[in-house]
Amino acid sequence: MTATPIRRLAITSEGTTLADLVDPRFGRAGGFLIVDLESMATEYVDNGSAQVRAQGAGIQAAENLVRAGAQALLTGQVGPKALSALLACHIRVVQGVENMTVGEAVAGFQAGRFAWSDGPGY
Amino acid sequence: MIVAIASGKGGTGKTTVAAALATVWSRPVLAVDMDVEAPNLHLFLKPETVAATRTCLEVPMLDVYLCQRCGACADLCQFKAISLMGSSLILFPDQCHGCGGCLRVCPEGALSKGERELGTVELGFTASGIPCLTGRLRIGEAMSPPLMTKVRHRMHAIADRGTLDIIIDAPPGVSCPAMTAVQDADVILLVTEPTPFGLHDFRLAWQAFTPLGKPMGVVINRSGLGDDGVQRFCREKGLPILAEIPFRRDIAEHYASGGILTDLDGAMAALFAALAPELERMAGQGGDASHA
Amino acid sequence: MRELVVISGKGGTGKTSLMAAFAHLAEAKVLCDLDVDAPDLHLIAEPAIQRRGPFLSGHVAEIDPAPCTGCGTCLEVCAYGAIQARGASFAVDRGRCEGCKVCVAFCPGQAIDFPERLCGTWYQSETRFGPMIHAQLDPGQENSGKLVALLKSQARKHADQLGLDLILSDGAPGVGCPVISSLSQASLALLVTEPTPSGLHDLERVSDLCRHFRIRSAAVINKADLSRPYQAAIHQLCLERSIPVVGHLPYDRVVTEAMVRGQAVTEGAATPFGAQVRQVWAELLPLLAVSSSSSTQENPS
Repeated sequence: MTATPIRRLAITSEGTTLADLVDPRFGRAGGFLIVDLESMATEYVDNGSAQVRAQGAGIQAAENLVRAGAQALLTGQVGPKALSALLACHIRVVQGVENMTVGEAVAGFQAGRFAWSDGPGY
Repeated sequence: MIVAIASGKGGTGKTTVAAALATVWSRPVLAVDMDVEAPNLHLFLKPETVAATRTCLEVPMLDVYLCQRCGACADLCQFKAISLMGSSLILFPDQCHGCGGCLRVCPEGALSKGERELGTVELGFTASGIPCLTGRLRIGEAMSPPLMTKVRHRMHAIADRGTLDIIIDAPPGVSCPAMTAVQDADVILLVTEPTPFGLHDFRLAWQAFTPLGKPMGVVINRSGLGDDGVQRFCREKGLPILAEIPFRRDIAEHYASGGILTDLDGAMAALFAALAPELERMAGQGGDASHA
Repeated sequence: MRELVVISGKGGTGKTSLMAAFAHLAEAKVLCDLDVDAPDLHLIAEPAIQRRGPFLSGHVAEIDPAPCTGCGTCLEVCAYGAIQARGASFAVDRGRCEGCKVCVAFCPGQAIDFPERLCGTWYQSETRFGPMIHAQLDPGQENSGKLVALLKSQARKHADQLGLDLILSDGAPGVGCPVISSLSQASLALLVTEPTPSGLHDLERVSDLCRHFRIRSAAVINKADLSRPYQAAIHQLCLERSIPVVGHLPYDRVVTEAMVRGQAVTEGAATPFGAQVRQVWAELLPLLAVSSSSSTQENPS
């Protein structure tokens, strides 16, 4: 998957805990759970500032992730503009992560079951 | 004189009316298709295109060496066309609304004018010599108003205010694009159909356009199809019904084959020929007609 | 979750009339009217509003005449012609204001406020066809697609809460922002067209849009008997693009008659047209990959 170890992993989330479901959207997701993969400490980042935007929600969400120090993102779909923003900030992206809890997504990532996504999701 | 043909509901017959009116207009006239998302007027007027201009919006370009990453541009931009993420300033030209604010606010002069393609503006002439202007939005371009504004500028340049009358085929609905299309009009012609959907959306159109203070007249298309709710609404609000096009299968089939209504029979030609002086009279009146 | 989005490119092809029939025929779904500019589905569905909320989007500039010195900087920097002289001061034309904030930023006296803009209202309602999410944009407001996104999100949440896995969405005409937003996460786009020059032309544009955003599509030809040549042309286009044509519906007054009665065309007495609409729905179901509901019998009375 990757040589650089990822420590701070972001997952789009419908809630504030590992038991909540992954939110398949990125730009208009309610929030992100940032997981420190060494300590397994979690931190919730609200994505409201992106949700309220008429346009550019994905870009604002990317800004929110950068500010939170995320190094990689697990989500369902990312639009093309947000994706280029994330990659420009060296945040790796896995798409197609949905219909599971955040905890299951993290476990899947650590077990090496996901591949990085290259293209936009829409 | 500028006539805008609008409606709340799509598919009521704006383009049908615009094409017919342009054909029988007694003075030199410019036909303008401002429904840039789904332009159809040319399918009926069939102009021969003489010019197709790729039309662009000014959007920012960044000189990365001059940029000090102060973030003033990103702070100002309301549309996320510029974003400062970590130590990178990233541009998203698709988001840009062309306000020019970032260019003004940059202390280093690191931003300059680039462009994003909005679509095309085509100029053509019908067989009988009527000039036609068509705006066509690039697929994937999300916003209509910027291209519509370019069409409007070209329209004014060609018509030279007073030399040519202008007939505008507006987009359906009552949100931003429709308002952009009618803003130059001296009179608005609302096309509706006498059905519950038609009446509902017609009421929305009346609510949206009344504050503009322009005289408004009505054409009822497919008259006889549904009920008389639209007629009653017009009477209630003092909106003049300038014409009723009957609901007839032969009219629908003529339209379906790309025919202009005034070619169908003498009655149709006369109906539209009578509209023009009425519209002129209303335009001359100014904004005192049809305020509820 | 499966979502069917019904769009057309050209207005007036019969999207909403068809949607009303699907709303009647489908079981266990949430309805969503995404044509927030000129919504009509509620005229048939007759929603009883359960919840409503304001729709705020963007901002608008407002000049406070008290601190204003009349310098005219705002007029100079406005790219949209939204600033007009008013007495010794200036005023913003809300209809033209783009909400770009440039005048606010450059006003030397900080005399310009920048409040959020109330653009409309959204609703969560109950109808005889099940739950419905809809909205009304205030006249003249920008239709960016944000309200559409909000409605789709509400529909999904509501469907999840009720344990439903199908959303039926009535789309908007055109190919701009609201339509693009409508297509997000759609399982299938149903393109409603008519055999006319405009119908064919706009079908091509809306199909281009679906391809651009990689959304699967199917087509239905309404008022199909109006023109054989154009019907053939539409078939040719659909064949070239591998778009399945799920039905041809004739030009029939029963649609308007049902609308005037406030009914979907499949409600009330059985008609040949109604039977054909049922057939279209039956063709659509496997494309949506939803488990078929138990057959709804045509009411013989």
